[in-house]
This record gives sequence, C-alpha cells and structure tokens, in this order.
Amino acid sequence: MASTPDPRTASSAHAKRTFHPSMLLYDQRYRSITIQIFALFVLMLSAAWLIDNVINNLRLAGRTFSFGFLSQSAGYDINQRPIEYTSQSSHGRAALVGFINTIILAILGCVLATIVGVLAGVLRLSKNWIVSRLVTVYVEIFRNIPTLIWILIFGAVMAESMPAPSSFRGDDPASSMLFDAIAITNRGIYVPSIMFTTELGALPLGPVAPSLNWILVLGVIIAGIFANAALIRHATRVQNATGVRPKTWWKSILILFLPVIVIFIALGAHLEYPELRGFNFAGGTHLRNSFLAMWLGLGFYTGAFIAEIVRGGILAISKGQSEAAFALGLQPGKTMRLVILPQALRVIIPPLISQYLNLTKNTSLGLAVGYMDLRSTLGGITINQTGRELEGMLLLMGVYLAISLTISGLMNVYNSRVKLKER
Amino acid sequence: MKKTVFVGAFAATALVSGLAHAQSTLEQVQSRGELICGSNTGQAGFGAPDANGVWQGFDVGFCRALAAAVLGDSNAVSFVPLTSQTRFSALNSGEVDVLARNTTWTFVRDVDLSMTFVGTNYYDGQGFMVTRDLGVSSALELDGATVCIETGTTTELNLADYFRVNGMSYEPVPVDTAAEAQQQYLAGACDVYTTDVSALASSRASFAEPGDHVILPEVVSKEPLGPVVRHGDDQWADIVQWTLFALIAAEELGVTSANVEELKAGSNNPEINRLLGTEGGLGSMFGLDDDWAARAIAAVGNYGELFASTIGDQTPIGLARGLNAQWTQGGLLYAPPFR
Repeated sequence: MASTPDPRTASSAHAKRTFHPSMLLYDQRYRSITIQIFALFVLMLSAAWLIDNVINNLRLAGRTFSFGFLSQSAGYDINQRPIEYTSQSSHGRAALVGFINTIILAILGCVLATIVGVLAGVLRLSKNWIVSRLVTVYVEIFRNIPTLIWILIFGAVMAESMPAPSSFRGDDPASSMLFDAIAITNRGIYVPSIMFTTELGALPLGPVAPSLNWILVLGVIIAGIFANAALIRHATRVQNATGVRPKTWWKSILILFLPVIVIFIALGAHLEYPELRGFNFAGGTHLRNSFLAMWLGLGFYTGAFIAEIVRGGILAISKGQSEAAFALGLQPGKTMRLVILPQALRVIIPPLISQYLNLTKNTSLGLAVGYMDLRSTLGGITINQTGRELEGMLLLMGVYLAISLTISGLMNVYNSRVKLKER
Repeated sequence: MKKTVFVGAFAATALVSGLAHAQSTLEQVQSRGELICGSNTGQAGFGAPDANGVWQGFDVGFCRALAAAVLGDSNAVSFVPLTSQTRFSALNSGEVDVLARNTTWTFVRDVDLSMTFVGTNYYDGQGFMVTRDLGVSSALELDGATVCIETGTTTELNLADYFRVNGMSYEPVPVDTAAEAQQQYLAGACDVYTTDVSALASSRASFAEPGDHVILPEVVSKEPLGPVVRHGDDQWADIVQWTLFALIAAEELGVTSANVEELKAGSNNPEINRLLGTEGGLGSMFGLDDDWAARAIAAVGNYGELFASTIGDQTPIGLARGLNAQWTQGGLLYAPPFR
C-alpha cells in the first residue's frame, strides 16, 4: 500500500499516518461524524425501545393496532355537515366531515383575522388619538387573554343573551327578524341561503361530491379575476408606452360581476329565507353558536397579533421612504399602497405564516364549545366510542401536520414572490 | 416540535402502561394507602363535592365502601373527576384504580375496549327532559328539536338510533360535561336535555325551579351503570365485584350499618356469618382480611341505606327504587351466594 505513492496523500504529511480508532474522537476531521452517528444510534435505539414498549403493552392489554374502525358505522350524528353524512355513515366519513369543518373554520378564521388585523394595525398608527387608543385597547385585551377564554365568552354571550327561537313566535313576538331575513337566536344566526332552481348535479369526486352549480360560479369568479388582472397589465403597458393610463374601472366591474350575475340568472338563483318551523328555524343557512364562537374567538384573538405584526412591518420602513414619496407628489393613500406596503410585506409575511398556523391548530379547541371539527369527531367521539386512542391520535397528528405543512408551503411561495428581489 | 410531541406521546403511553403492569392493583392501592376512584365531574346525588369539598353521592359511597374493605378507612380515597371523554383513558392508563361514574355496561366497552364491568349498581335508562312550557308530553313529538347531549356516551348513540328509527330529525348540541349541558339547557340553547333518567332527575333537583321541567315518559334504552376496572387483573376485579355484592346481599339479609357490629359477634344465619367474616374465611381468599365486608357495610350502610341517603325518594333527587329493588321485592338486584 505504502509502496504506491498517491499524489494526494503524498502532499500531506498527516494523511500518511495509519488510521487509529482514537482518531474518531480526537481528530477534528472525524469527530463530528462520530458524534452524529452516535446520536443517530441513540435516537434510533430509543425509538425502537418506545415502539417495542407500545407493541408489548398493547399485547399485554389484549389490544390490537388496526385502522379497521374507520370503515365501521359511526352511530353518532354531527350537526354541521358540509357533505352528506348520517349516523349510519362510517367513522372515516365522520373524520372527513370533521376535517372539512376544520378547513372551513381555518380559512374563514384566517380571513377574519387578516381583515381585523390589517385594519387594527394601520389604525393603531393613526394620528387620531381616540382611534389609535381604542385599537390599542382592543389589541391589548385580546392578546392578553387566552384564546379558549375568548371562545367560551363568545359562546356564552350567544347562548345567554340572544332570544330563543320561540320568542319569534305569535302575532306580537318579543323578537323579530333583521330585515325579515336574518334571525339572531340563542342557537346561532340563521341567514338566507342562495338556492338554484336548475341543478346541474354533483361532481363525482369520490367521497366528496361538490355541487356543479357552485363549481361553475367559482370558476367564473376566478376567470373574472384573471381577466381583470390581464386588463390591468394591459393598462400598465399602455401607460408605459404613452404616459396616459386608460380608464379601467368600469371595464373591471363589468368583467368581475357581469358573468357572475348572468350565470346566477341562468341557473335561477334565489334566496331561501329562514322561517320558524316547529322548535327551530328551518331553511336558510344556520351559523351555529359553536361555529360563531370559534370563528369570532379565533379571528379576533389572532387579529390582535396580526395587528402588531402589521404595525411592526409598517414602522420598519424608514420615514425617508414616505418623505420621498410625498416629495414626488404621491398622495398618502398611494404612498401607503405603492411604496410602504410592498416593502412592509417583506417584514410582515414570515410572522404572518406563524399566525395562520397558530389559528389553524387552535381550531382544535372546537370541542370546548361543541364545534364538530376533526378533533371533536375523529379525536373525540370516534376515539371514545371505539377506544382506538393510539390509532386515532396518530391519524390526527398526521392530518394536522399535513395541513400545517401545506399552509406554510403555500405561504412560503407567496413570501418568495414579495421578498426583496436582489438584482 | 411535532416530532417531539410524537415521541412524547409514545413515551407517555409506553411508560404509563409499563408502570401499570408492574404491580397488581391491590398491591398498588395498599402500598399507596389510598384508593383512587374515577368519579363524575359533578352529578348531584351520584358524585359531587358538597359545600365543604367532601365528595358525596351514590357512586362515591361505593368507592368509600371499597376503600373501607381494602384499606380499613372509608376516607382513604381520593376522587378524580373525569368527563365522559376522558374516563376510559384514565382507567386504562392506571390514573385511577376503579371507575364508579355512571358508566353503561356495553359489549364494545367490555370486549373491545378491554374493560371489566364488575356488575350493575344502578339499572337506568335514557330519558328526555324538556321545559314544562314547551307543551311536549311524549318524546315522539320532538321532531326537529335541538338536543343537548354529552359526547362520548352511549346516550349519544341511542339518541341517533331513536330519532332515526322513528323517522325524526334533530339538531345535536354536543357538550362535554353535565354542568355544561345544564347551562346550555337552562339558557334555552337546546329544547331537550337527554341522558340517563337518574342523571336527569339529579340535574333537575339542582335547578332553581325543578317544577318547570318535566322528564318525558319514554325510556329509550337500557343503561346498566356499574363500577369498571381494568381488564387483566382478576383479583382486583373480584374484590370490587364482591364489595358491590356484599352491599346488595347485606340489604337482602337485613344487615345495616346500625346492626353490623352486633351481628359480627355471631348470628344464627350462616350466610350472614360468612358475609361478615365470622366463619368461612372468605376475605383471605382474595387477599383481604375476613372483616372486609363488615367494614364496607359499617362505612356506608347496605345498598338500600346508601340508595336512600343519596338518591332515594327522601332526598332532593327523589328516585324510586324501581328496577333497583331487591329481587325479592320485584327488582333486579340479585347478589350471588356468599359461600
């Protein structure tokens, strides 16, 4: 071995020395690898020990590990059912209903929190003393009291202080509906819902079968948004070429709303009003107390954090930027929209991702007010009725992990689009 | 973070069940000097702390009798309030030694959840409570009603079945505890509160105006409620089971907390003698001394005394014996012979 001189080893005096086991610990080149392999070994060993223990203990308790319960009949009812579900449906379908409820709450919660947060964040910087103080009070009250308490407060306020459906009854009822369309009761708020006379049927998408009507409406809206974006790009090109920006607002309105109105008329859209029937209101859309409590609680709580993030983002932009914009003759609104916010977004987006993730995971508090989310169906009633804690919890962890990773992936894509372009 | 939680959950499961299997439950209870009893989160008459923070009630009384039998002190017991959702995990993980908490004996719980139901201390059924001014006289008139229901219970499943079979619809309002259900029901957020009839009576007794609420006549299910222990420790299951039988047999044989000391000195009824340990040496067969049953009866009285003092018709709960009378009185209570 030593008789064949290698140009690489020959150049180094150290490398000529034969390898010795002690070098694993004392030689800097090997030490970090040694430590990493050792750590990995310990990690795997403890994982093996834990899994072995679980298997053993399950066996000792006479329990098996199986996901078969997901196809058994669930036997319980769920009040908020975005998809077809009866008590005869399977536990798997109950979990799916819960999953969709979680997603609904997470999306609507994020929307509410963003609107409230951005408004509050901007208003807190207002020069109007009363406005900025009021917003300060909102932010400090909401972020310094735990979410769960807020959820319970909103739930209790709805249940305790609103009139019962029976008080809407009779010739001279104690309560009456708002605009004859919206009933606010202690069981939630009943609002009119949009119904179609022409049903196009449902899209056969496996377990979920969304109505083709709504898919069509959604498609038209999305197409309108894209067409509008193209129109605005075109206007910018014309402005760059000629210096005059063509008027676009009436075209935008036409593109965005006309097709939707046409399709609504074509499908025979009409409103279905809630009306008192039997014990409760029937018809319309029922926003349950549990949903409202979760939505308002999570939205306003997270909104307070987002307000601070937005405020921080705006304050991070140096004063010189707005002074420069003013010097160019830009109005305050345009300064905010064209100069401050695009730069502030770079600071705002990363912490905003965390807030969205927080809100999404906090939807699992739904059980506290009986909101039938994934935690309440799969992680609550199903686990309780079948006794499959380990399987249910593993599934629950996997689903929440997947939701969180998806949100954070999407937001990271958006972040990379608005972040500082280094050219 | 997620990974940590994952490993943590595994570790907790592994450790807890590891510990639970190290010693028999009787040894654990004796070395701890205290019985840990899984109880209700607060069900007046069955299990709830009184004004002084002392747990009182029918199920609580059973735990006290068990503590007296095993440890010789009816106060050597601590009560862990458990919701219907948490009760089985608490028992399975070894957090409590016995569950005496209005728990219905069902096939799936007994077989698939690996619980051991040692007997029935209260034969119950599911009912419905509504406010009097609702003007409803039968559960069959409840189509479209909003129903408050504790999640994780058999009543939840019975409710779904009952409404489906009768072609009625309802709006479930799931709640976590009886207290929360009562609050929602009293606020009018639900028209109907459904659970076991005994629990309805107990709730109604705690309302400000009990007369404003009616329990509908329909009893829609069988709910045999009884103490539960972990599967796999037969000795402990026997102790819990025969403590229950001792209370029932004591009523049948006329042994009360008042005369138990006198009868322990010896009587001419051999069954009483075997029950109270004067002859037969039964207690030592499952690792206790022979006075175990006498101590249990002296602590809380026999089944009838316990029933009368906690939930009977002289109490605010006002439950009649009904199915829970001795078999000699036309009820279902029947203790196997002590021999």
